[in-house]
Amino acid sequence: MQRTTIVLFPGSNRDRDMIAAITKVSGASPTLAWHTDTSLPESDLVIIPGGFSHGDYLRSGAIAARAPVMKAVSQAAAKGVRILGVCNGFQTLTEAGLLPGALMRNARLTFVCKEVKLLVANAGNAFTAGYRESEVIRCPVAHHDGNYFADPKTLKALEDNNQVAFRYTEGTNPNGSINDIAGIFNINGNVLGMMPHPENLIEPAHGGQDGRRLFEGALNMLETEQA
Amino acid sequence: MSMKTYSARVRVTLKRGVLDPQGKAIEGALGSLGFAGVNQVRQGKTFDINLDATSKKQAEDSLNAMCEKLLANTVIEDYAVSID
Repeated sequence: MQRTTIVLFPGSNRDRDMIAAITKVSGASPTLAWHTDTSLPESDLVIIPGGFSHGDYLRSGAIAARAPVMKAVSQAAAKGVRILGVCNGFQTLTEAGLLPGALMRNARLTFVCKEVKLLVANAGNAFTAGYRESEVIRCPVAHHDGNYFADPKTLKALEDNNQVAFRYTEGTNPNGSINDIAGIFNINGNVLGMMPHPENLIEPAHGGQDGRRLFEGALNMLETEQA
Repeated sequence: MSMKTYSARVRVTLKRGVLDPQGKAIEGALGSLGFAGVNQVRQGKTFDINLDATSKKQAEDSLNAMCEKLLANTVIEDYAVSID
């Protein structure tokens, strides 16, 4: 059984959605960690959920990234534990230096809350193994600072190393992110940050289940892996 | 060594080449208010910080470290420290 830990900050607000998603997909409840914790329970998957940690003061995810618990998250990442940051979690991972680049104010300055179409840009990773390469999936977004930016050198390295996990399909980029980037892996492939919310599309009551396979992949639950 | 209180101002601005949609929106609003000749606005942040240090040099070192560790995201932002 895979063990999941969800990290909470003051102002996290998608933690309940994430707990429900993990519980429904895996049948096991995740453990919760608090931002002041200095260690994490043994985990196979650590998730930083969406929200407005510390009010998004200074910059989105900036204060959360400097919280005591993030040292433990960095250590887990270095050991190869899978780390998933969604929305504010993605912002936090970039601020913590666990993922390259930065997430800036949406290009049109408005908060976007809608469903988008995502292109699976790299299906050769555990997180995305449940999808076909270049498959287009549905996923909701809800953010104000999702405009991914990286300098040309960093961007080239991301593209050359196949670190782009998801892109907004052509013409649908909701925030102006560079190269339509919606989610990226770290160089080792065990850390994924993404602005869209796969946890909100995992059961028929959500109106779709396109997000479910991401968690099945992250938790080694895909049939191909079990065979 | 005796401590002295220094007043510092830290300015954090977006690096050149990083798109600033907020600055662009402000630029547009200034134009629509009739301010002619505004051809660029870049928005940034200012932090006024009072701190105790043994010397101006120590205060400056400390403020630079604050910028590197928290006040600025050096992926997208530059910073400048000035001390009274």
